[in-house]
Amino acid sequence: MRSLTIAVALLAAQAAAPVIAAEGMPTPQRQSWSFAGPLGHYDRAQLQRGFQVYREVCAQCHSLKYIAFRNLAQTGGPGFTEAQARALAAEYQITDGPDDTGEMFQRPGRLSDVLPPPAPNEQALRSRFGGALPPDLSVITKARGYEAGLVFGLLDFFRQYQEHGADYMYALLNGYEDPPADANLSPTLFWNKYFPSNRIAMKPPLSDDLVDYSDGSPKTVDQYSRDVVAFLAWAAEPHLEARKRIGFQAMIFLIVFAGLVYFTKKKVWSDVHA
Amino acid sequence: MSPHGELKLQNKYLQWFERRLPVLGLMHSSFVAYPTPRNLNYWWTFGGILTVMLVIQIVTGVVLVMHYTPTVADAFDSVEHIMRDVNYGWLLRYIHSNGASMFFLAMYIHIFRGLYYGSYKDPREVLWILGVILFLLTMATAFMGYVLPWGQMSFWAATVITNLFSAIPLIGKAVVTWLWGAYAVDQPTLLRFFSLHYLLPFLIFGVVLLHIWALHVVGQNNPDGIDVQTGRDTVPFTPYATVKDSFGMICFFILFAWLIFYIPNYLGHPDNYIPANPLQTPPHIVPEWYFLPYYAILRAIPSKLGGVVAMFGSIAVLVFVPWLDTSKVRSARYRPLYKQFFWILLLVCVGLGYLGSKPPEGAYVIAARILTAYYFLHFLVILPLLGFVEKPKPLPASISESVLKKGKGGAALATSAARSPDRN
Repeated sequence: MRSLTIAVALLAAQAAAPVIAAEGMPTPQRQSWSFAGPLGHYDRAQLQRGFQVYREVCAQCHSLKYIAFRNLAQTGGPGFTEAQARALAAEYQITDGPDDTGEMFQRPGRLSDVLPPPAPNEQALRSRFGGALPPDLSVITKARGYEAGLVFGLLDFFRQYQEHGADYMYALLNGYEDPPADANLSPTLFWNKYFPSNRIAMKPPLSDDLVDYSDGSPKTVDQYSRDVVAFLAWAAEPHLEARKRIGFQAMIFLIVFAGLVYFTKKKVWSDVHA
Repeated sequence: MSPHGELKLQNKYLQWFERRLPVLGLMHSSFVAYPTPRNLNYWWTFGGILTVMLVIQIVTGVVLVMHYTPTVADAFDSVEHIMRDVNYGWLLRYIHSNGASMFFLAMYIHIFRGLYYGSYKDPREVLWILGVILFLLTMATAFMGYVLPWGQMSFWAATVITNLFSAIPLIGKAVVTWLWGAYAVDQPTLLRFFSLHYLLPFLIFGVVLLHIWALHVVGQNNPDGIDVQTGRDTVPFTPYATVKDSFGMICFFILFAWLIFYIPNYLGHPDNYIPANPLQTPPHIVPEWYFLPYYAILRAIPSKLGGVVAMFGSIAVLVFVPWLDTSKVRSARYRPLYKQFFWILLLVCVGLGYLGSKPPEGAYVIAARILTAYYFLHFLVILPLLGFVEKPKPLPASISESVLKKGKGGAALATSAARSPDRN
């Protein structure tokens, strides 16, 4: 019991650590994510929709440099077939080379290519946004978060909740507001209540009916942002399903093993106390 | 050395080998026949847990190095490569990163156990000091390991911590440049941290062997803090301690698995998933949880040099605990006053950890100053005084008496003592 108290106290100290410069920022609402919790898994259809949103909207400005076309067909991911991923890759022209004559050349994409970035380099990208750099989104849901507070931070340990980054991203995509009258906002910036300093260079990226879903899901900002955040959560943690599955097996093994060793211990020690 | 029997080898090849290098006999006397006090509780399993954690860290670390690239341009990418493309790379990395946290959790429990039961007292002073050296080496290793993924927190933690040395009068700046190998934390810094992060665990391993050696020379302390007198006070390491340690270890692994498989980033900081950027300081630079109390002490002192001295002093003071504690009684079980001050100290340390996670402003700084002052007061004033003012409770006559009293009540004592064979 005492060890638990110590462990809990130490963990609480960490959970209380400030996670983002968000003094005065509202705390994002927790969403219900299919991949949260001990049995969490991704919703394939949602990941496919999210990929569609990323591809048609986010990819205009944001790279996803750790995701290759082959990843779209890997187990635990959006569930595209290899043929679909191959066909998708072939829709892109990739700069390759240099060839035998030292020239760069264009060729259709292959499974091993990463998703093509919106600009050839950082400077090119920055120049399009007045110096602001749209970050790569590969690990964005792990690179963002919010301060859960002492009590909730502690509860999260027991509830196994670490989807704070996804909550934050969803809140950000839905957090655009008209600036307060005294905001004095520069015309290249937008007001977002969840962004530190509230001044964000990203214009509201989503609007209703922007992306044409083929599976009948609602074409709303709310649905788009849920889907794309789920997709980005997968991009950040592509082995989550394997991790939780193996974790379940490991837990059962350890608990049974602990029980067996406990009774062995009782047996062994019985003659000491007798 | 052992009253519990000697190794008898049947196999003649093993006998041949044993006459030339008695390593099996050493293993037998250290981990089979070695007498352990029969009243040890589960707080005594953390030494074994720490040894296993060290091996886990070394094994996973060696494999991670096979896939890691120690350059400022590629370090972050190579860690993501491990997470995505290396078979079970995510598992190796999450074991290693959460393993560091579990290592410190076990180490803090181990240290506080030593403080509670007076394990540092005569004749275990050297054993204790070796432990403090292990603690320092582990802190250095963990710090340098945290820098390797080259995320924002890696980079800025390295900058903040190395800059501490600039507080040294006159030569501070030169020392920091020397540590960096450059005029800022850069490629040479990453490479040397990588090199040392690989080297130090093997030094730790060496000191662990000395720690275990010293332990086996003087024997284990025990919850009653009284010396082993007869064979009846002890049980052989195997099977008794082995099976008990195994159970404790598996329970510890359940907590470890909880972190690895379900909330592997719970103890980490999101900013470390942002690649290092020397041009952009994160709004709050915070260390990993296990360094938070020291970070609070560092920032509690208004002067930079003073803060650094206090921070290192908070660990250095542990070296002198065997002599600062003037009480003849080891275990807090029989020290009614010390017991209370022990729990206050523990709360103070947890409080410092909490304050270390908070920005250094307003009430947080004041609280950190009070707790820092108390921390030193505990070791430098309270501990020496207690030995003089405290009236300890009467100690049991022997370990076996204390165990049997607890297990069966006084009546069973005589019969049990008569029945149990004197192993001496």
